[in-house]
Amino acid sequence: MTFQSIVFYLLAGILLASSLSVITAKNPVHAALSLVLAFFTASGLWVLLQAEFLAISLVLIYVGAVMVLFLFVVMMLDINFEKLREGFWKNLPFAAIVALLMAAELGLLLTSRQAGLSSINALPVVAENYSNTKELGKLLYTDYVYPFEIAAMILMVALVAAVALTMRKRKESKYVDPAVQVKVRRNDRIRVVSMAAEQRRASDDSASS
Amino acid sequence: MLEMIQGLIGQPAGLAVWTMIKILLIVLPLLGCVAYLTLAERKIIGWMQIRIGPNRVGPLGLLQPIADAVKAMFKEIILPTQANKSLFVFAPILSIAPALAAWAVVPFTDKLVLANIDASLLYIMSIGSMGVYGIIIAGWASNSKYSFLGAMRSAAQMVSYEIAMGFALIGVLMVSSSLNFVEIVNQQAKGIGGGSLLSWNWIPLFPLFLVYIISGVAETNRAPFDVAEGESEIVAGFHVEYSGMTFAVFFLAEYANMILISVLTSLMFLGGWLSPFPQSWGLLGAASIFWLLVKVAFLLFCFLWIRATFPRYRYDQIMRLGWKVFLPVCMIFILVLGAWMQTRFSLW
Repeated sequence: MTFQSIVFYLLAGILLASSLSVITAKNPVHAALSLVLAFFTASGLWVLLQAEFLAISLVLIYVGAVMVLFLFVVMMLDINFEKLREGFWKNLPFAAIVALLMAAELGLLLTSRQAGLSSINALPVVAENYSNTKELGKLLYTDYVYPFEIAAMILMVALVAAVALTMRKRKESKYVDPAVQVKVRRNDRIRVVSMAAEQRRASDDSASS
Repeated sequence: MLEMIQGLIGQPAGLAVWTMIKILLIVLPLLGCVAYLTLAERKIIGWMQIRIGPNRVGPLGLLQPIADAVKAMFKEIILPTQANKSLFVFAPILSIAPALAAWAVVPFTDKLVLANIDASLLYIMSIGSMGVYGIIIAGWASNSKYSFLGAMRSAAQMVSYEIAMGFALIGVLMVSSSLNFVEIVNQQAKGIGGGSLLSWNWIPLFPLFLVYIISGVAETNRAPFDVAEGESEIVAGFHVEYSGMTFAVFFLAEYANMILISVLTSLMFLGGWLSPFPQSWGLLGAASIFWLLVKVAFLLFCFLWIRATFPRYRYDQIMRLGWKVFLPVCMIFILVLGAWMQTRFSLW
């Protein structure tokens, strides 16, 4: 057993265990954290496949951004665990059939000769200064430039739509725009008035003395 | 050295042991720097406020960090009864681990680097984005309202500023056309001024340089962006329930991140180990680790200076700065930079 395969089995084991705990964990925060671990180990597997750009992007996007917001939401929700588990036995038969079908399809795909998976058994040997990132960039911006741009546009539309759907203004809100606030200068708030000095009256002098 | 160890205990084990030694050679001086950075902070802020700062332990207070470490180690670690125990203990580990792991790809000179990987800049960004988990989990696992408020503030703030930071780095990538730190620094050795401080990235990329430094202060949760702690509003934010060594680990992570941000700024905008004098000036113009350390020390001083100078931002103003100021500035500058690089006035 080579060092690579030891690392592979270690990462694969952690990946399976953490994925399992995503669906079995009682606490949704624990489930989300298990998912973080699953993403992280999956990126480790990708490094083993010499896909370091994809591996690092997986951590950067899913672990660093998506899951942080996920946790953000999950922590703020007050989730009633009992209520979530109520329909478990009722839905189990249907869910089991779906799961079995998916497993069967995967099994067929992995064993069929047409899929050609058996021919992939060794990684291509690459030169010392081979840059995964550069190759990927070249492919994305030349051969696959249209699919790439279309995917970007679809994501953009989804983004704009999500913002447009959730943006509502409450009428009674006393919100003040911070941009307006930070632009306030001294002269907007106070006014220095020059006036003539008061004359001391004779009656004041007599009162004080 | 590597051959000697490998001859002693075999090929793969020797490599592992040699790598471990190299890791220790990076991490131990780093922790020493962290310890003395805390002293430097207290001294410098003291002088800025016309005080003396720590001066009781050892000559000039030089043993203060050691006294602090001993104190932190012998204090009781209090676990709140309603806390989520395992995550409560796990959170500080999760905050220090990325702060140390990022150093794996940081080059100190063009030869002196633990792992000279191709996409090292991307690696630092992705490891850096893991740092927020320690804070969120600490805030949630403490089961305290102040902690949770701190964690929520911190999560939103760090995610926002990471975007500005990432955009600032895109400009650096464009001019150096590489994700590798060694190449990013070497690219700055060319250009006007013969590799002196005039040819570094900070002049042509000045807006991005400013955005990166300010976002770096925000990313490390330092004043004036320290709303995650916010002593006067939410006591101490995410680490209000932590005591003893668990608290000290958060502290270590924050300072390690400060040093990391300073090193990254030096590498990407201030020419790393390059000398500020033209390369033709002999010994004075020669690149060495000394120049990197000088630049890092200066940037760390700026961190402390900023802390002693500015009052804390209000939360909605932080968000405005990140999303409505830095992001548009970066995007427009990247467009300008792209157009500039296509003209014959391009420096690169």
